[in-house]
Amino acid sequence: MNRITSKLQSKDKILSIYITAGYPKLADTVSVIQSLEKYGVDMIEIGLPYSDPLADGKTIQNSSTQALHNGMTTEVLFEQLQNIRKQVSIPLIIMGYFNPILQYGVEAFCQKCNEIGIDGLIIPDLPVELYEKQYKTLFKKYNLFNILLITPQTSEARIRAIDRISEGFIYAVSTASVTGKSLEFGENEMNYFQRIKNLKLRNPFLVGFGIHSAKTFEQATFYSKGAIIGSAFIKFITENNSARIKQFVASLKSN
Amino acid sequence: MSFKVNKKGFYGDFGGAFIPEMLYPNIEELKQNYLKIIKDKVFQKEYHALLKEYAGRPTPLYYAKNLSELYHTNIYLKREDLLHTGAHKMNNTIGQILVAKRLGKKRIIAETGAGQHGVATATVCALMGMQCVVYMGETDIQRQAPNVARMKMLGSEVISVNSGSKTLKDATNEAIRDWISNPEDTYYIIGSVVGPHPYPDMVARLQSVISKEIKTQLMQKRMASSPDYVIACVGGGSNAAGAFYHFLENEKVKLIAVEAAGKGNDSGHSAATSVLGKIGIIHGSMTLLMQSEDGQITEPYSISAGLDYPGIGPLHAHLKATKRAEFVSVTDDEAMQWGLKLARMEGIIPAIESAHAFAVLDRQKFKPTDVVVINLSGRGDKDLNTYIHYFNL
Ligand SMILES: Cc1ncc(COP(=O)(O)O)c(C=O)c1O
Repeated sequence: MNRITSKLQSKDKILSIYITAGYPKLADTVSVIQSLEKYGVDMIEIGLPYSDPLADGKTIQNSSTQALHNGMTTEVLFEQLQNIRKQVSIPLIIMGYFNPILQYGVEAFCQKCNEIGIDGLIIPDLPVELYEKQYKTLFKKYNLFNILLITPQTSEARIRAIDRISEGFIYAVSTASVTGKSLEFGENEMNYFQRIKNLKLRNPFLVGFGIHSAKTFEQATFYSKGAIIGSAFIKFITENNSARIKQFVASLKSN
Repeated sequence: MSFKVNKKGFYGDFGGAFIPEMLYPNIEELKQNYLKIIKDKVFQKEYHALLKEYAGRPTPLYYAKNLSELYHTNIYLKREDLLHTGAHKMNNTIGQILVAKRLGKKRIIAETGAGQHGVATATVCALMGMQCVVYMGETDIQRQAPNVARMKMLGSEVISVNSGSKTLKDATNEAIRDWISNPEDTYYIIGSVVGPHPYPDMVARLQSVISKEIKTQLMQKRMASSPDYVIACVGGGSNAAGAFYHFLENEKVKLIAVEAAGKGNDSGHSAATSVLGKIGIIHGSMTLLMQSEDGQITEPYSISAGLDYPGIGPLHAHLKATKRAEFVSVTDDEAMQWGLKLARMEGIIPAIESAHAFAVLDRQKFKPTDVVVINLSGRGDKDLNTYIHYFNL
């Protein structure tokens, strides 16, 4: 069974953290993943840095630029993760924009992910229709879940279509925004989360974008299966030593 | 061979809409409606009335006598530099603002490099009473200062972009991020034949008025409906797409696309995408782009802000792949020298972008009977500072 499935079956209020690979230092990728697991994070999105991340705000843009500057490449990331399954057991997802994956070769990329023990991919600029037609069988062959996004503007018909071809979970973007805004969720957002829950989809959904505190984590997971934290974590390790990851994780749970 | 976009939004292997889900509703809405809107009689009437009465179309097809004598051929200049605001960009913004209105949008965003598209957008927004936000790289804000002032005077907000090389690519990223964050009331007026489908096709159609007029004007002047050559510079490729459009299927017309080679294609400071690029994805389109082995977009360079872009539109990638157009790259120095030469020989100061196209005259041998049309995409007022520094004027 894919690790994402078993994790989601065994637990509620999943905490998933996004990291930028090769940030703050090139060699930090594995140690950051290990610390996150050690301090109770349930799942990790490993961001393959990209020069032009269209769906990301300043925080993730800057960490990506720094990581590229540090020497991070697709090749280097795969080398760093070579033995990751001897080191951690939680589900690992690679989040990357389509062009670097295309240049590596989509099949070669999927095969490598499978070898290493990656469980899923998030490719925000790979259109759903193209994935379904051209890559779905490939993902299946390499036991990779393709995690698809929905937003408050996604129609119900499209959410249901996305649900039909999704595996693992659906990534519900909390508000119309790029990453990196520290949001406070109000009635609109809560209604949207509830609306998704009431659709009784095949797949559970996790909420991402804007979550930065115990309170927003609580709100995001009130109707959903879990939440994804990206920019808030990147900000934290930019400003703090990665030795303090324990405090960061604890701060999200101390409500 | 077809050079029209297919149902899926591709020109051969190039095009499509590689966009994050956040943009799906807006792009889908546009895709479902743009042809209906553009082909509508009332739209066409309004569009052409504005082009004529407000922007000053048709632009002249001017027989450049002095140049023609020097090069022993027949050189015509399509005078887009005489269009209101000083470049071909108005053809597109007038059309798109009418599309935006019909879609019920209230707020307009745009990216700009040279500032001509920004000015053209700010202009139509002033005309239509719409809110306007233009993203512009910090480098371009400095080198195209007069256009920044014009946008502000026209009531537009200009947002400086500091990421990457602080030029057109980065301004486009920021405009796309704005659209992601404002999905309900905002319309994105893209300034070239780039971006996700249906933008490249829509912008090409709106610019196609250039080649339509060339056909009519050649008929009036020479009793011939097509030239032997059409030459245009390519940043994203909108003025070239417009100048080529009605000749694409007529293989007797040779099409020459001119890219900026900056300090030379081997120098590491160039924007000649068709030479240095590989197929990949930029700004939601599968096309040729300059990138590292690893698929990271690399920083282009050109003295001309409007050509300083690491991609080309998917139509142009297709023209290159099928060899329908010939691609030529021209350095900063050649373009600058041509700016001066055109000023001295014909009394026309061209935009540095447009000046690139003229260098083809030194590369290619033309017959005395040939009819050569050069698309003079814009005027050089915005570039005066660059000319002053370059030539110590
Ligand atoms: C005068 C002029 N020509 C050409 C261009 C390049 O754009 P495109 O290739 O879309 O025509 C620009 C862009 O700003 C411009 O201002």
